[in-house]
Amino acid sequence: MIAGLDPQLVRIVALSLGVSLSAVLIATLVGMPIGASIAVARFPGRQATIVLLNALLGLPAVGVGLLVYLLLSRAGPLGEFGILFTPAAMVVAQAILVAPIIAAFSRQAVEDAWREYREQLDSLGAGPFQAALTLLWDCRFSLLTTVLAGFGRAVAEVGTVMIVGGNIDGVTRVMTTAIALETSKGDLPLALGLGIILMGLVLALNATAHAVTEFAKRHYG
Amino acid sequence: MRAPTSLLPLRLENVRFEAGGRRIIDGISLEIGHGGRTVILGPNGAGKSVLLRLCHGLLAPSAGRVTWNLQQPSNGRHRQAMVFQRPVMLRRSALANVAYGLKLAGIGAREDHARASKALAAVGLEHLAGRSARVLSGGEQQRVALARAWALEPEVLFLDEPTANLDPAATREVEAAIAAIGDAGTKIIMVTHDLGEAKRLADEIIFIHEGRVLERAGAERFFSAPTSREAAVFINGELL
Repeated sequence: MIAGLDPQLVRIVALSLGVSLSAVLIATLVGMPIGASIAVARFPGRQATIVLLNALLGLPAVGVGLLVYLLLSRAGPLGEFGILFTPAAMVVAQAILVAPIIAAFSRQAVEDAWREYREQLDSLGAGPFQAALTLLWDCRFSLLTTVLAGFGRAVAEVGTVMIVGGNIDGVTRVMTTAIALETSKGDLPLALGLGIILMGLVLALNATAHAVTEFAKRHYG
Repeated sequence: MRAPTSLLPLRLENVRFEAGGRRIIDGISLEIGHGGRTVILGPNGAGKSVLLRLCHGLLAPSAGRVTWNLQQPSNGRHRQAMVFQRPVMLRRSALANVAYGLKLAGIGAREDHARASKALAAVGLEHLAGRSARVLSGGEQQRVALARAWALEPEVLFLDEPTANLDPAATREVEAAIAAIGDAGTKIIMVTHDLGEAKRLADEIIFIHEGRVLERAGAERFFSAPTSREAAVFINGELL
């Protein structure tokens, strides 16, 4: 089934990747600047913000799903966009799920680097913006690992996409929701095929993250 | 048009610095002018590193004033540089680390490269230009840091115990680079607690203890005939 590139399976895998990649892209664009800003800025309530951010790491997927569902439903504040039960809604929900992960880990990485670089950058006359760019670039390997972790979380979660996507065949059915459905229906071949692909993907992501870290350690110190 | 004025002399007027309820610098007034290598000497905890950071502008004094000969100290920002005890290497090549300082100073990209290469060669590291800076040895990293500072052609170079973490061979090379930078016309202001290093490098000693300047003298005179009891004790290698 996998080797034969079954069209149904290919469509589901493609949608999964498309939704999760888009979500991670948005989450990175939002989360990384937030994380980097919290790392270098000093403001009242900073410690509380960090605690909150770290707490958001454990955000339950179904909770986010429910929240986004309420926001996007016809009667909800964003109901007029009419994107509930579309891939767009799934992207929004996954982005909300993943952004805190990327923000929290970016914050940690950038803050560690900031502690080390601060006086030197200050001495060389780097302004806040230049300093932030330098820090982000110097943390590029750990940030890439963070993005991969975020993608792993997005592509493997089932709660939010089930609630806001609705698992509609051919429209919003992704790997995880298909596995859940096919398993409950007893159609094990498709569930197993998707399960193997999903597990292989998560394994490949972790292997890549590990390889990036090792490469960076060896070549850049 | 007038020729650009000099950054020096550097003046400290009754400077105090307190942190966490402790007075670390206790009313220091100093004037440091052109020429020679000035070494700020004193035991650990004397406030040497804090004094250097106050001079460089990394810390603001709790009281008193730090002023340069130029009206706007910010104008002189790139005309002074500092090398730290632990070299801070960015995650890029040795050459790119040197060029980074030039980029921040607003020197054009093409000139960056030539000047950075020249500075690396001056500290004897041209053969490591393409190597990743963070995997170099401690001594090599410190020389990259010196090259980064030197490439800016600063009028004043501050050094905070630049050889404290290095073995004798690396120390010799770093000290040679410092001497060369001084000979090329940059005013050297260096902090150390190492008597041997002070003897090797200093033209002038400012001896501080518990946040105050106890003595200031030419190096030869200081080591042969210190006037303060504390300096005499310190020179004898006893604990203060």
